[in-house]
Amino acid sequence: MLYPVGMPTPVELDFNPPQPAESSRKEGDRPPFESWGRYPAYSAELKHLHWQGDYPRAIDGVHHGALAVGMGRSYGDVCLLKDGTLLQTTTMDRLLDFDPATGLLTAETGITLAQILDFAVPRGYFLPVTPGTKYVTLGGAIANDIHGKNHHRAGTFGCQVTQFELVRSDGRRMLCSPTSNPDYYAATIAGMGLTGVIPWAQIRLKPIVSRMINYQGIQFHGIDEFLDLSSQAGHIEYTVSWVDVTATGKNFCRGVFMQGDHSQAPSPLKPSPKPKLVFPMELPGFALNRLSVGAFNTLFFHKQMKKRVSALQDYEPFFYPLDAVLKWNRMYGRRGLLQFQYAIPWEHAKEGTVAILHEVAKSGLASFLAVLKAFGDVPSPGMMSFPKPGITLALDFPIKPEKSFALFDRLAEMTREFGGRLYPAKDARMTSAQFQAFYPQWERFARFKDPALTSSFWERVIGGRLGVGGSGR
Amino acid sequence: MNPDAQNPSKTSADAASDSVSKPAAGAEDQVAVVSRADPPQHDPERPLALRSVREQVEVPRRTARKILVLGATSGIAEACIRQWAQRGDALYLVARNPDRLAAVTADARTRGASSVGSAVADLDDTTTHPELLAHAINWLGGLDVALLAVGVLGEQSQAERSFSAAHQILHTNFLAPVSLLTWLANYAAPRHAGTLAVLSSVAGERGRRSNYVYGSSKAGLTAFVDGLRNRIDREGVRVMTIKPGPVKTAMTEAMKGREKFADVEAVATTLVKTIDMGKDVVYVPGIWRIIMAVIRAIPERVFKKLNL
Repeated sequence: MLYPVGMPTPVELDFNPPQPAESSRKEGDRPPFESWGRYPAYSAELKHLHWQGDYPRAIDGVHHGALAVGMGRSYGDVCLLKDGTLLQTTTMDRLLDFDPATGLLTAETGITLAQILDFAVPRGYFLPVTPGTKYVTLGGAIANDIHGKNHHRAGTFGCQVTQFELVRSDGRRMLCSPTSNPDYYAATIAGMGLTGVIPWAQIRLKPIVSRMINYQGIQFHGIDEFLDLSSQAGHIEYTVSWVDVTATGKNFCRGVFMQGDHSQAPSPLKPSPKPKLVFPMELPGFALNRLSVGAFNTLFFHKQMKKRVSALQDYEPFFYPLDAVLKWNRMYGRRGLLQFQYAIPWEHAKEGTVAILHEVAKSGLASFLAVLKAFGDVPSPGMMSFPKPGITLALDFPIKPEKSFALFDRLAEMTREFGGRLYPAKDARMTSAQFQAFYPQWERFARFKDPALTSSFWERVIGGRLGVGGSGR
Repeated sequence: MNPDAQNPSKTSADAASDSVSKPAAGAEDQVAVVSRADPPQHDPERPLALRSVREQVEVPRRTARKILVLGATSGIAEACIRQWAQRGDALYLVARNPDRLAAVTADARTRGASSVGSAVADLDDTTTHPELLAHAINWLGGLDVALLAVGVLGEQSQAERSFSAAHQILHTNFLAPVSLLTWLANYAAPRHAGTLAVLSSVAGERGRRSNYVYGSSKAGLTAFVDGLRNRIDREGVRVMTIKPGPVKTAMTEAMKGREKFADVEAVATTLVKTIDMGKDVVYVPGIWRIIMAVIRAIPERVFKKLNL
């Protein structure tokens, strides 16, 4: 049979390979993927993991590395992969099991803590550990081993994870728990997403009878008062302090110590309303300066007229004051913000904190949110976990390259001198030498790294795309 | 030609395998949440106050509806299932991929569906339909709502070149639903009750160069569902034609301009509400009623020069 030119023969048609859907997407279409700090922003191919079985098939034909990412709420580049493939998990968000007697919740890891709260609070349960935003995924919470206001009592988020599944790029699936594959369990908690993809995890929720928090705000002047308040609050579930880093002289290290416990008086456990406010636009880069932040800090310090105030407060404003305004990072303008968070062990905690606060005050750079907390000594199962017993301070600065980068580099070096370390989830600047000094166990960790996965952070502090790590799996 | 003969890998007639061993026992007018609520006795290990709070929450407010979802792992269907489960309805879920179906089933059960049954079936295989539907309806103990969400987007460029690719799209999106709807309509009509909600698409309103094969399958489906409504609405059966615009789901993942697509959760909220109301034709989001009116009004001699 002769076919006219141009008409495909039936044979050709039958062997027409199905074209991958991605091929219709051109390189130029990709908007850069931003972390919450909006710095750095790298373009990457974005794919979605909708189902537990989508990985590792999703990285077939991917040559420049891949990284699972959730809400992208970490500040620096642990959730970025320049020119690689990001696997966004946010549609893999199913609840798989819940035992109302024990509070054990099993869910796919793209679920956000906000979704977990919507489910759990009406059933009389709460997150055992929560960070300052509920818009992070379960997977991200494990991968960064996040901590909260109750670190001194409950430890990190990883302490609450009873088990999870880990999928490697070679297709191997492992059940990880303190007793099953304990080495991979330890490496994956705080493993920055580098040990594999976690399709689901189980956490232990804690019972509550009310949405309300018995809140107390106490003004303090100076580091000694802060330390006294911290040591007196050992029995209180949640403690955190806001500190005025713009103040100098007699007001140096003034702040408000905030503490709270879940109310034990039963009240209706309604789900939270959805936030309605969105930060409308980017402010210009000069909006947050020493004057405006200094004025804000003075107002905030004197907002409470008395030295000590008590109140019954809903958990939303207590834990998530900034979540009420979506996209609040626009406040920092187009260039974004840098976070800086250290943990310095007790041995040098006081002198280190004082020295760093002096350095910040001297620099003239204004940090809008400065959070001070005493970490407890509950050990995390995570090999690369950030918290350690001592003091932690978190600062954030709008990016002004010539000034803030120099300050950051000084602060990182000071942290190292005081035996402390920085938090990868909030970092965009630490050097390779610093990281390796902060986390000397990194070489052991690298043995558990999946060879197909990497991040811009890892490449920055260890170097070489896919160069280091992987036990040949 | 029998389309099934082309595809030897189809699931066999006994594909309707239950993943749930126990059907809802004699389920007429069964009250929501009964099956999973805590027993009312005092458990000495937990404080009493806590228990009373939890019971407040799980007080059933309404009778569980018996809902059959065909194509339960499709993005829009799954978002509806979550909301139905949350309010304690009884669900029977059918989908092709067993792992995905298991995840959606677990999610529905965890969120509080009064009972969840499921069956793995390839609905392209029309010969299995009668048995599958009979099984599902028996399991639910009746049928209040059937949501049809089977469909594929297909690859237009392939369908242009090859009839077998076009045939596959038309079969999945049009012929298989016709089979399902014929059986469901003939079950519901003599009982004068039930709602048949069918996911069609705005793409069926006008043939466009960029996806006319998918569009024609949905155009056929829309006409069929509209006609079916005109036949059995007077019998007391609600038949709904649902026309979503582009929605952020797995199906549309590779499409351009996806950032602007509708949010699947909002779409599901609208659908759950309008299915309760028993509307005839629903555009989601509602703006698409206006957009499509404009697109339909463009004269063909102009339209054929456009790149829509």
